Amino acid sequence: MTSQRGVRRKVAGVVAVALAASLGLSGCGGDEAGAGDGTFTVGHSEPDHLVPANTTSSYSFDVITELFDNLMTLTEDGKAVPLAAESVASEDQKVWTIKVRPGQKFHNGEPVTAQSFADAWNSAAYGPNAMGANSYFSYIKGYAEMNPEDEDAKPKADTLSGVEVTGPDTLKVTLNDPFSQFPLLLTYPAYAPMPKAGLKDLKAFDAHPIGNGPYMMDGDWERNKQIKLVAFPGYTGPRKPKNKGVTWKSYSSADTAYTDLRAGRIDVLQTIPAAKVPEAKRLLGDRFLARKMSTTDYLGFPLFDKRFDNPDLRKAISMVIDRQGINKAVYNGDYFPADSLIPSIIPGHRDNACGELCTYDPAKAKQLFDKAGGFKGTMELYFSNAQPTYAQWMRIVANSLRDNLGITDIQFRQVPASDYFSMLREHEEKGPYRQNWEADYPSPQNYLENMWGLDNRMGWENKQFNDLIAKANKAADQQQAIALYNQAEDIAVQEMPMIPLWTWAGQGGRSDKVDNVTITPFSTGLVATDVTVK
Amino acid sequence: MWRYVLRRLLQAVPVFIGTTLLIYVMVFALPGDPIQALAGDKPVPDNVLQTLRDRYNLNDPLLVQYAKYMWGLAQGDLGENYTGQSVSEMLSGRWSVTAQLAVTAWIFELAIGIALGTWAGLRRGRLADTLVLGGTTLVIAVPVFVLGYTAQLLFGLHWRIFPTAGTDEGWPMSYLLPGIVLGSLGLSYVARLTRTSLSENLRADYVRTANAKGLSRARVVGRHALRNSLIPVVTYLGVDFGNLMGGAVVTEGIFNLPGIGQQVFQSIQLKEGPVVVGAVTVLVLIFLLVNLVVDLLYGVLDPRIRYE
Repeated sequence: MTSQRGVRRKVAGVVAVALAASLGLSGCGGDEAGAGDGTFTVGHSEPDHLVPANTTSSYSFDVITELFDNLMTLTEDGKAVPLAAESVASEDQKVWTIKVRPGQKFHNGEPVTAQSFADAWNSAAYGPNAMGANSYFSYIKGYAEMNPEDEDAKPKADTLSGVEVTGPDTLKVTLNDPFSQFPLLLTYPAYAPMPKAGLKDLKAFDAHPIGNGPYMMDGDWERNKQIKLVAFPGYTGPRKPKNKGVTWKSYSSADTAYTDLRAGRIDVLQTIPAAKVPEAKRLLGDRFLARKMSTTDYLGFPLFDKRFDNPDLRKAISMVIDRQGINKAVYNGDYFPADSLIPSIIPGHRDNACGELCTYDPAKAKQLFDKAGGFKGTMELYFSNAQPTYAQWMRIVANSLRDNLGITDIQFRQVPASDYFSMLREHEEKGPYRQNWEADYPSPQNYLENMWGLDNRMGWENKQFNDLIAKANKAADQQQAIALYNQAEDIAVQEMPMIPLWTWAGQGGRSDKVDNVTITPFSTGLVATDVTVK
Repeated sequence: MWRYVLRRLLQAVPVFIGTTLLIYVMVFALPGDPIQALAGDKPVPDNVLQTLRDRYNLNDPLLVQYAKYMWGLAQGDLGENYTGQSVSEMLSGRWSVTAQLAVTAWIFELAIGIALGTWAGLRRGRLADTLVLGGTTLVIAVPVFVLGYTAQLLFGLHWRIFPTAGTDEGWPMSYLLPGIVLGSLGLSYVARLTRTSLSENLRADYVRTANAKGLSRARVVGRHALRNSLIPVVTYLGVDFGNLMGGAVVTEGIFNLPGIGQQVFQSIQLKEGPVVVGAVTVLVLIFLLVNLVVDLLYGVLDPRIRYE
């Protein structure tokens, strides 16, 4: 890349830090954003797509969840409740009957019917459309016919046989297997309805999505600049906006977005850069917004490499990771050290489910390590270069492996972010690797089945675990399902094919122009409709 | 002279083809699978990945990919990036941002740089000279991101003279501060070049002759010494205009200006060949054109230089 022409000199950095510090002390707030028109602005990163089923990016979800009402939505504590649906019910967790609340309209006036959902889902699940969230429809019967295993074969069907429109407002959805978490899956943004007009021209729809949600587009998506939303006057649903509109502004630098928040040029920022958090806490006071998140970091083992076969070795490594210490040293103590495979905001999390296996105990770890027969060869640690913090905590982990377990031959493998997941897919890693998981919907199943379930990345196989997950997926009652997921979790903890590390913290802020800013840890993100503008 | 211009323009054709191929090969050689990278860590079925790879010709050998790209280009189609946006649409909005930024920075370094250089050159060894030399050394020593963030904090956040970031206020307000930051380094070089060149020429024989003829000081400096001194400055300004167009990644990032530099940077990370090639090729053409103009300007500044 063309260099920014300039010579780095230490003294210059010192000058800048001193200047920044003096500015920080005199900090200021303002209210330039908006012009008292009842709208507010939010800073975020540029989304990739606005067609609901064509993205898995949270920046896209920010906007999509304001434009569309899914059948179900999430409460603040992560329970699924009807939104565009009147009811979602099933006798056997396999065949689901969905009643769409009548009288809803899309922003272009078209009525929202059962067909609007069926059409959108068919388009999303059809392989040749190459939608980003395609695989989220694999639970529904008929998905396999639309996405043949053989990559060059033509799909046998272009609609999901499991989705039947049985009346203007009723859908019958048949799944491949019983799946008790289906109502939670329905909250995922890809399951939004689409109007007939949108399906005809997906490209135009991407630039100007027409939804059924509380806000509608005000002009087209101005790429790399902003997306303007205004309240939809024809909205009949339960989340009527308490403001007149919201504008999402794109930032390529998180630092600049934070500066604009301080200058009052944006009203809400969901992510303040980690290095600025201590300053932001001081400057913003009660306008600093801390929240828990669902994203959790893990350290996985390549079990296809026989050296990692022994669970005691894996437990020993888990027990020499000082989660508290790393949290303090790398994350200002803001993160949440893991005590379970499932983060605390997910219903079904149990405090201390991982117990002593997630607790720093070098002596015990050494015992287990010796019992397992030690470790031979080079210990290679894999992580991507997406965040500088990964290298920081990996170094702490490596030091601990050296000091407490006596593993001296350790190599760091920092892989370019664009290459990292392809590498893991191809099973090219030769040692423990960092990975994370952000919840698609708040269910233990979303974590357990995706990361520990069939065909998982580690190459871990445990029939008992898989049976328990299948049984939980069949359970009629959510309490019962969660109890079974927890049993499965216990097995995964005892086998420890992947070590839980810590759950991320979200740190945002707001200007003094807005109030009632809630940011959920789920795909619903910022609850824009609740924000009040002074 | 026109034959010279024509010859130079014809020389641009092989350069154009060579650059596009070279950049295409380089982007191709970058590690990573751009389609898999799109999905991050969320599961994407193989048939979907395959469809996307087919759509963007990623399964073809390098030369076939390149030929398909050039065939599209010949028909005026710059192709699409891997999220299906048309490259010409993506770039057209960004060129105007980059052009406004580069022109602001360029005018700044040209006007202020030459003025400062002349001032220092005429007062060689005196306070003015020391000030200009010291000041420009400082600017050259400070990395542009330090300068950028500091200027943003001071002028944008603290004193609120300029907007902190973004293009909402339009030209010139939104572009003044980033333009000054971006142009400050070039300004330093322009000032130093002008100063050295001018103070040297002031001692040349022809200046002594002009003085002896009894010409006014303004005429001696303006018409004889300065005009001759500007040749290295014009060369630098020409090359630097190209740098300003494509090299503003950090400045564009700090001031949140959606320009070409940012796009090329992002696209290299995403391995988006068509976008990188499209943007860089235009940059190369601008480079060639500006340098041609520079060469022609030599003739205007120094009548002894003629092109056949």
